[in-house]
Amino acid sequence: MAEIALQDVEKYFGDNYVIRKLNLTIAHKEFVVLLGPSGCGKTTTLRAIAGLETIDTGDIRIDGRPVQDLRPSDRDIAFVFQLYALYPHLTAYDNIAFPLRATRESKAAVDAQVQAVAKSLKIEHLLKVRPSALSGGDMQRIAIGRALVRRPKAMLMDEPIGSLDAKLREDMRSELKRLHIENDSTTVYVTHDQVEAMSLADRVAIMNDGVLQQVGTPGEVYQYPTNLFVAQFIGSPVMNILPVAVRTTGPGTELVVGNNDAVFAFSADLPKHLSQKSYESLMLGVRPEGVLLVPEETPGYIPVKAHIIEPLGAYDIVDLKIGDEYLRSRTPSGMVKRVGDTVWARLDEAQTHFFDTKSGDSLNIRLG
Amino acid sequence: MAGLARLEGDTRAAARGWSDLTIRNVFILPTIAFLIIFNIFPLIYSLGYSFTDFRASVNDPVNFVGLQNYRELLNDPNIWRNFTVTAQYVIVSVGGQVIVGFGLALLLNRKIPFKGLITTLLLLPMMMSMAVVGLFWKLLYDPSWGIINYGLGLGSFDWLSNPDMALYAVAITDIWMWAPFVMLLSLAGLSAVPSHLYEAAAIDRAGTWYTFTRITLPLVAPILIIAIIFRTMEAFKSFDLPFIMSGQPTTEMISIRLYKMAFQEWQTGRSSALAYIVLIVVLAITNIYVKYLNKVKER
Repeated sequence: MAEIALQDVEKYFGDNYVIRKLNLTIAHKEFVVLLGPSGCGKTTTLRAIAGLETIDTGDIRIDGRPVQDLRPSDRDIAFVFQLYALYPHLTAYDNIAFPLRATRESKAAVDAQVQAVAKSLKIEHLLKVRPSALSGGDMQRIAIGRALVRRPKAMLMDEPIGSLDAKLREDMRSELKRLHIENDSTTVYVTHDQVEAMSLADRVAIMNDGVLQQVGTPGEVYQYPTNLFVAQFIGSPVMNILPVAVRTTGPGTELVVGNNDAVFAFSADLPKHLSQKSYESLMLGVRPEGVLLVPEETPGYIPVKAHIIEPLGAYDIVDLKIGDEYLRSRTPSGMVKRVGDTVWARLDEAQTHFFDTKSGDSLNIRLG
Repeated sequence: MAGLARLEGDTRAAARGWSDLTIRNVFILPTIAFLIIFNIFPLIYSLGYSFTDFRASVNDPVNFVGLQNYRELLNDPNIWRNFTVTAQYVIVSVGGQVIVGFGLALLLNRKIPFKGLITTLLLLPMMMSMAVVGLFWKLLYDPSWGIINYGLGLGSFDWLSNPDMALYAVAITDIWMWAPFVMLLSLAGLSAVPSHLYEAAAIDRAGTWYTFTRITLPLVAPILIIAIIFRTMEAFKSFDLPFIMSGQPTTEMISIRLYKMAFQEWQTGRSSALAYIVLIVVLAITNIYVKYLNKVKER
C-alpha cells in the first residue's frame, strides 16, 4: 500500500510562492502526472514529496504517516532524475545494486534482484558497462532499474524522458506504462509535455504559478477544462479561444464574434445557462475538431476564408480568418484546396466551452 | 565567413612579416634554450661525473671508476639509513597533509559563513618562504619559551634536539605548511561532484559514511592522487625545513646527506651518483602513482 496525500502544502521564497495551498491525494497504484509549464512548481512539488526540498506549511503523508520532517532515506520512495544522476564511477550493475548494498543486503539477494530488474528492463547486456559509454535511453533505463530494484512504496519521476529524442521518447513512454502496471507501484510523474501526460496518466494534475488548476483523468481535463489555462494547455493544436457575445433572436440564439464579423447560429438552450451580466462578455472555447467545415454552401454554415493551411498527413489544420480573430479547424486532409478559398463553417455545440472573461473560469455549460 | 576571416588574419600576419609558425617559435625557443642550459645539460654532465672520482675542490686528475660510486653507495648502511629516514618523513608528512587537508576541504565544502575569508587565511602558510617557516617554527618549538610547549602544557619538552621527536616535529611543520595545498585541490575535486549524485544517494538510502566512501572518495580520488604525487615528490627532496630546524642525525634525510657529500665533503662524483639514485627512486614512486591514477581515471 502506498497512498500519497498532500495537504495544504505551501512553499515560498520571501514573497514568492513556489507552491500554494496544494491539496492532492494520489491513490495506491495510481499513475498521476504533474503537468505544467516550466516554473509552475511541479518539480518542486515532486522533490518535496521525495524530501529533497523542504516545505513551509502543510502535511505530506505517505500511507497516512506524515513524512515532511523525515529524510529522503526514511520515506521509502524512489526517484528518477531527468539527467539520470547515475554514479559515473560505477558500472550499470553496481548502479542498480547501490540501493540494495547501501542497506547491507546479502550478495546473493543483491544479485538476484539486480538480474531480475535487468531482465524486465531488457538491459542484461549493459550491466558491465559504465554510464559514460551508454546512450541517453540506456542510461535512463539503468536509472529506472536503480529505482525499481528496491521495490519502493512509490516511484517519483522528474521528466525522466525529457532529454531523449522524439522516437526514443515514444518507446520509453510505452515501456514506463508497462513497468507501472507490472510493478503495481504508485507513480508520480512530472512533465511539461501534455502528450506524455495524457498517454501515461491515470489522472493528470495541472499546475500553473504554483497553484493546482485541475485534477482529472486525461479525458476529463481534455473535455471539461476547468479554466482557460487548462483549456489552452491541454490539446494540440491549441483550443480556439474567442471573445463572443450572445444574442437571442426569437426562436434561436446567435453567437457573435467580434464586431459582427461572424455570427454562428446556436441552440436556444444556451441563454438558460447564462446570467444576465455574462451575456456580453464571454469567452468561447472550441477545439479545432469542433469547428466543422464543408466545401460548399450548406444551410446553418457561414462562409469564411481559409488563411493558412498546414497539411499534417492524417489531417489538415486550417486557420480561418474572422475579423481580427483566427479560428483553427481540423479537416480531412486535402479538403481545403488553396489559401484564400471560401469554405463554410459551423461550430459543434457539444464541443464548445464557455469561460468567464474576467476570471477565466469555466461556466460549466454543456450543450448538445 | 570563417574561412574569409582566417584568410584576412593570415594576410595581416604576412604583412607584419611573421607567420603563426614564426610567432610560435619565437615563444618556444627561449624556453627550450633555458631548459637545455639549466636542466638537460647539467643532468647529462652530472651523469658523466657519477662514473668518476671527480672532486670539485681539488685539481687532481679525474679518473673513470665505472660503477664503483653506485656500488659503494648502495652498500653503505648509512645511505640506507638516510633513505629510511626520508621514507618515514614522506609517509608522516604526506599522510598528515592528506588527512588534514582533505578534512579541511570537507569542512569548507559546506555552507559556512565567511567561507572565502577562511579559505584565504588557510592558504597563507603555503605562500611563505620555507626558510622563514623553518625559523619561526624553531622559535615556536623552543623548549624553554616556545609557545607550543606553553600552549600544550608540556613544560620544557624538547622537540628539535630530541632524536626521537625531531623528525616528527619537522613533519608537523611541513603538514602545517602544505596541508592547505591538498585542501585546495581536494576542494576543487569536491565541488566538482554534482549535487544530484548526493540526492540520488539520499534517495537510495545510503548513510553518511556509505555515501562518503562510495561516492565522494572515488570521485575525488583522481585529483587527490595528483595532490599526493606533488607532495610526495616535494617531501622526498625536502631540504630547507630539516636543514634549518634540526641538525639531528635522525633528521638527516637523503637530500641533506647529498648536500653534505657534495658541498662539505666535496665528493662531487659520488654525490652525482647519489643524486641519480634519488632521481630514479622518485621517478619510480611517481610512476606507481601515475599508474594508479590512470586506473582510477578509467572509471
